[in-house]
Amino acid sequence: MDALLEAALRLAGPLLLAALGELLIERTGVINIGLEGVMLCGAFGAFACAVATGSPAIGVVTGGVAGCALGAVFALFAVVRRADQIVVGTAINLLALGLTGVASRTLYGGAVPTAPAIGTVALPGLAAIPTVGPALFVQPPYVYAALALALAIGLFFRRTRPGLRWRAVGESARAADAEGVAVTRVRVVAVLVGTFLGGVAGSALPLSQSNVFTEGMTAGRGFIALAIVIFGRWSPLGVTLAALFFGAAHALQFWLQARGFDLPYPLFLMFPYAVTLAVLGFSTGRARAPEDLGRAYRREAA
Amino acid sequence: MTAPQRAARLLERAPWVATIGAPVAAIGIVALGLALLGQRPGPALAAMLRGSFGDADAVVTTLLKASPLLLTGTAVALSFRCGVWNIGAEGQLVTGAVLATAMATRIAPDAPAFVLLPLCVAAGAAGGAALAALAGLLRVKRGVSEVIATLLLNFVALQALALAVHGPLQETSAAYPQSDALPAAALLPAAGRLHLGVALAGAMAVATAWLLFRTPAGFRLRAVGLSPVAARFAGLSPEREVMHALVLAGALAGIAGAFEVMGVTRRLFEGLASGAGYTAIAVALLARLHPLAVLPAALFFGALEAGAGAMQRNAGVPSVVTQVVQGLVILLSLGFGAGEVRLLAGRARSRPLAGEPAAREP
Repeated sequence: MDALLEAALRLAGPLLLAALGELLIERTGVINIGLEGVMLCGAFGAFACAVATGSPAIGVVTGGVAGCALGAVFALFAVVRRADQIVVGTAINLLALGLTGVASRTLYGGAVPTAPAIGTVALPGLAAIPTVGPALFVQPPYVYAALALALAIGLFFRRTRPGLRWRAVGESARAADAEGVAVTRVRVVAVLVGTFLGGVAGSALPLSQSNVFTEGMTAGRGFIALAIVIFGRWSPLGVTLAALFFGAAHALQFWLQARGFDLPYPLFLMFPYAVTLAVLGFSTGRARAPEDLGRAYRREAA
Repeated sequence: MTAPQRAARLLERAPWVATIGAPVAAIGIVALGLALLGQRPGPALAAMLRGSFGDADAVVTTLLKASPLLLTGTAVALSFRCGVWNIGAEGQLVTGAVLATAMATRIAPDAPAFVLLPLCVAAGAAGGAALAALAGLLRVKRGVSEVIATLLLNFVALQALALAVHGPLQETSAAYPQSDALPAAALLPAAGRLHLGVALAGAMAVATAWLLFRTPAGFRLRAVGLSPVAARFAGLSPEREVMHALVLAGALAGIAGAFEVMGVTRRLFEGLASGAGYTAIAVALLARLHPLAVLPAALFFGALEAGAGAMQRNAGVPSVVTQVVQGLVILLSLGFGAGEVRLLAGRARSRPLAGEPAAREP
């Protein structure tokens, strides 16, 4: 049972990190469905750099920068040039799949090396608690970072002036503009920060969950993170709970398989997507999406 | 007049410059990148050309690769024209393939060809249309963004395919996760590898162009795409048109899936979903959302896929480079932004992505 708890939290960490990055972006009114590609670029950048330098820490930072670089392309087209966000996001995904594929085949050919791994960190004191201690407080750093970040983002949006401005840009870009907020600058910064987090989340795949890079290894995790943002109703707390829920579902799949239950695994893989759709379809009341989500902002001619 | 303004004027007057320019520039950028990686782009491009148009066999491969793109590209162009951001062609194609296989191997395996062929195509169309209609209902009835719905349904469909080939549709010997071979009566008539579906796909693109630009139904779809509010004041129901667009697009993508199992793979297996639904977005944008222009655009991306294999074998350049080209073509089509694409790129959508149900618009 505590193995299940441990796996749930461990698998939820990177998902939460990616979802929080997307949350930052979406709260300013921009939707980046290129998150899958951003994570994939992060995974490759982190892997290549960790292999080259032998340092997983440098790898993680490089992963973030790689995600951010792709985010810059997204911001240039979707925010600065105001092209359709959905279409640009699709292009970003295709680009990432192609670029990482070409780069990994060119660099490694058939012989992909293994990367230095990021171990777990035991929180002093807490890890000594019987039964739940080792499960909850001996985790990869991604988990602690993601949870701390959720708290920080919650405070940022609720308690700070810039947070208020960011939310204003997402709810009504025009009103924010009239108040003197630089809409485009806020959105570009949000995209860059958010995709940095997406890249860092991607780095968990080759550095923490397995030690190799394989083509397309994100395997839909970026889209699950998108679903988590919606499922969590665009709030940091909701997103955290949703990420834990999907992490638990993922962990349950391994747990049941290890115990010899012969369950069709596609059902488990389908689960996050189907649940999100069902929740969207059956939830009553007003959806709490930022009002201007997905809309390009163009200042009207004076 | 500054240089960008001059360029914009040129594109305004001659939109074909962007249509030709985007793929040429994309290939140029990729060639430059390959050169920087230490590859020789010249021989790679030559190998790609030989692999896509070098001989009769290569041309057939190109046509076979272009055929599903033709249908999914038309589907995407049709729904974008109605302002419906359908990015679920991949899932719709897969559902079509699953249902066509179910029809051929389980429901009516002993039917004669003149019954089974139309039944299988109809099953494929119904499968794709049903999946798209689900996304449509979520948008129209519950105000769920069709972007999110179609995107998530892609993954539901992919896992449904996996379930099908591990379960109810698995081959009788249960050796591999794949379906039984389709009965001969369910295979599309073919000359060599070239099956009838290729011609039918072209015909359907032409028919869609006719529907969109020459019929009242098509006019209604486009009117809603241009301005749902104006369309409502004119007495149209945007909800209805959105459903029509999604069902039609879903059916086209579903038929693409049916044709793949009935003409190319002859079995169902998980690798069947090869990204044709996502490439379709590049196809539709390059074609500036015109179904007739989808014909050459699909041919271009088909040739790219056909040539990529040859390029990998003969010049050692990884075939995944085609996805870089696809992504670049999308970005460059938006960047060059002429005519319809610029309209699509610059227009604020009529409603935010996940806000109020569309029914509450004035």
